[in-house]
Amino acid sequence: MISQLLFAIIFILAIVLFTFNAKKIIRNIKLGRPTDRSDNPALRLKKMLKVAFGQSKMTKRPTAFVLHLFVYLGFVIINIEMLEIMIDGLAGTHRVFAGLGSFYNFLIASFEWLALGVLVGCILFLIRRNIIHVKRFLGVEMTNWPKTDANLILITEILLMTAFLFMNAADHKIQLQVQNEAIIGSFPISSWLLPLLPANTDSLHFIERFSWWFHIIGVLAFLNYLPYSKHLHIILAFPNTYFSNLKPKGQFTNMDTVTHEVKAMLDPSYTPPATEQPMRFGVKDVPDLTWKNLLEAYTCTECGRCTAVCPANITGKLLSPRKIMMDTRDRMVEIGEQVDKKGSFSEDGKALLDDYITREEIWACTSCNACVEACPVNINPLEIIIDLRRYAIMEESQAPSSINAMFGNIENNSAPWKYAQADRANWNNG
Amino acid sequence: MNEENIFKVPTMAEMIAKGESPDILFWVGCAGSFDERAQRTTRDICKILHHVGLKFAILGTEEGCTGDPAKRAGNEFLFQMQAMMNIEVLNGYEIKKIVTACPHCFNTLKNEYPILGGNYEVIHHTQLIQQLINEGKLQAQGGESFKGKRITFHDPCYLGRGNNVYEAPRRALEILDAQLVEMKRCKSNGLCCGAGGAQMFKEPEKGKKDVNIERIDEALQLNPQVIAAACPFCMTMLKDGVKNYDRENDIQVLDIAELTVRANGLK
Repeated sequence: MISQLLFAIIFILAIVLFTFNAKKIIRNIKLGRPTDRSDNPALRLKKMLKVAFGQSKMTKRPTAFVLHLFVYLGFVIINIEMLEIMIDGLAGTHRVFAGLGSFYNFLIASFEWLALGVLVGCILFLIRRNIIHVKRFLGVEMTNWPKTDANLILITEILLMTAFLFMNAADHKIQLQVQNEAIIGSFPISSWLLPLLPANTDSLHFIERFSWWFHIIGVLAFLNYLPYSKHLHIILAFPNTYFSNLKPKGQFTNMDTVTHEVKAMLDPSYTPPATEQPMRFGVKDVPDLTWKNLLEAYTCTECGRCTAVCPANITGKLLSPRKIMMDTRDRMVEIGEQVDKKGSFSEDGKALLDDYITREEIWACTSCNACVEACPVNINPLEIIIDLRRYAIMEESQAPSSINAMFGNIENNSAPWKYAQADRANWNNG
Repeated sequence: MNEENIFKVPTMAEMIAKGESPDILFWVGCAGSFDERAQRTTRDICKILHHVGLKFAILGTEEGCTGDPAKRAGNEFLFQMQAMMNIEVLNGYEIKKIVTACPHCFNTLKNEYPILGGNYEVIHHTQLIQQLINEGKLQAQGGESFKGKRITFHDPCYLGRGNNVYEAPRRALEILDAQLVEMKRCKSNGLCCGAGGAQMFKEPEKGKKDVNIERIDEALQLNPQVIAAACPFCMTMLKDGVKNYDRENDIQVLDIAELTVRANGLK
């Protein structure tokens, strides 16, 4: 009874804390400007099922795809087992679904295989990060915290799966000691651990209970670690792909505010619609971005596929699309903390542009969309880069001088080079 | 030299004056108009259009930059000014269909003009060539033979990833009976030539290598005889890359339109 109560308290506390942090994340995402992604729900659902649920973009890197698939399937399917653990914990039952008979045995056996998959995946991931030093996991933005974060996640998953398997093994050994009773569950993997366990029934009971508590408390702690880590992608990959950009990648957003001004310039009788507040052109800071940009910043799991294919980064320039997303998130969290303290955000003398992302980075981009294509969860760093350029150009008139010269040429002679428009068809003069 | 290009392409103004209208408008683009290397592609596209008997025209001096480099560089004002002016001209001539040699113009006209009031059917010249091949109007006969030659195609970002056109340029190469070899980074994984996003008009940021050299290094591994391009900016970057290694004598950088014209011996 006491353990049930204890479990209920821990469980409720974990859920309350997670809800509290989840609300903060949603509030931070809502710091962004509106953008409409409500069209075409059927296509969006399809995209989400294919890209997030179906992992379709992961296949470009086969090794990582297979290892990630182990961990992903393990995560999704072992959560069915979590349901039993919850009910057992709250009701004080033991293996409450055992009544399912041979299907239950099948389930437990498959969970064990999946747990093995997760273990293998995570161990190899740790090796890739810390021993082989796969290049993708390095880079200027991969400072101590992002590296530690990744390792913490992997180690936690290894510990959770180990506890899960030891729990099964101890339970199995206890069952084996009771004669003439059919074994509940099927333990293809954890039976390898049987020789490691003591013969004493009391010790076995202790190991079984300890593993059970370790596993469930670990899971709840992990849930509450998510909001602070890069691992939020396990949840946000789904909404993020649902709200994907459905237009061709080459098509950049149209700035309606500019359209009104240009129309008014070309036709003096045109009256632009009244706007509620003076708008900034482009993006200087996080509140100038859209909620979708901010959702993407939280979704990014820092895998670095974007940076690995970025032509600027490959050739040694400062630009790294992953850093663009990480900087956006860091600045958003910083602003969120100010909102927590003061109730709202006011100028703090800092901004996303210059304090986080430098001009050198944004001007190195070739707008080639390789980063957008590479992202397994459809994050778009390019949109942020272009919006930062828009601010630099339209609010500050700050651009590399050759870019300004190109603008001047287009304005004066309608070509980016200094050729007279009258000569435009000279090639046609035979 | 000038025995080729004997015909003069009519402008829209000339065509309208004669009370005629074209099947298709050829949007030449700034590079195609002014860059000497790109002008050769421009003329070749005209030869193809002429050869298959399509009635076409250009805007001539009424054409202006689509605004693409301004938009990629963040100057939305300048982009929209250019777009509005071009749309006024295009709508004035009641243009329905446009073919262009530049993936940047293609992307801008096709995707970014409609919201500003410019609605046209826009195709890239490689798509037109593909279509003409499929209709049996273009083959690879009567001209230079590319049989067995090693050709690799460099995907332009704004044609490939930007608009998912990967097969059209390859179709034009397939009929050459050449040996098509793909770079490791091709199609949706294609590596940029380094000119996009207004980089064409500025010096690159500090780094350890130029993007076009990175790309040429990859192409050279395949030992190609021809590097095929489909974008005037890529053309410049690839050509410079080949020149960087003094390989201009054994490696040609050619546009898909040029290969088509050569294979068919079009004059």
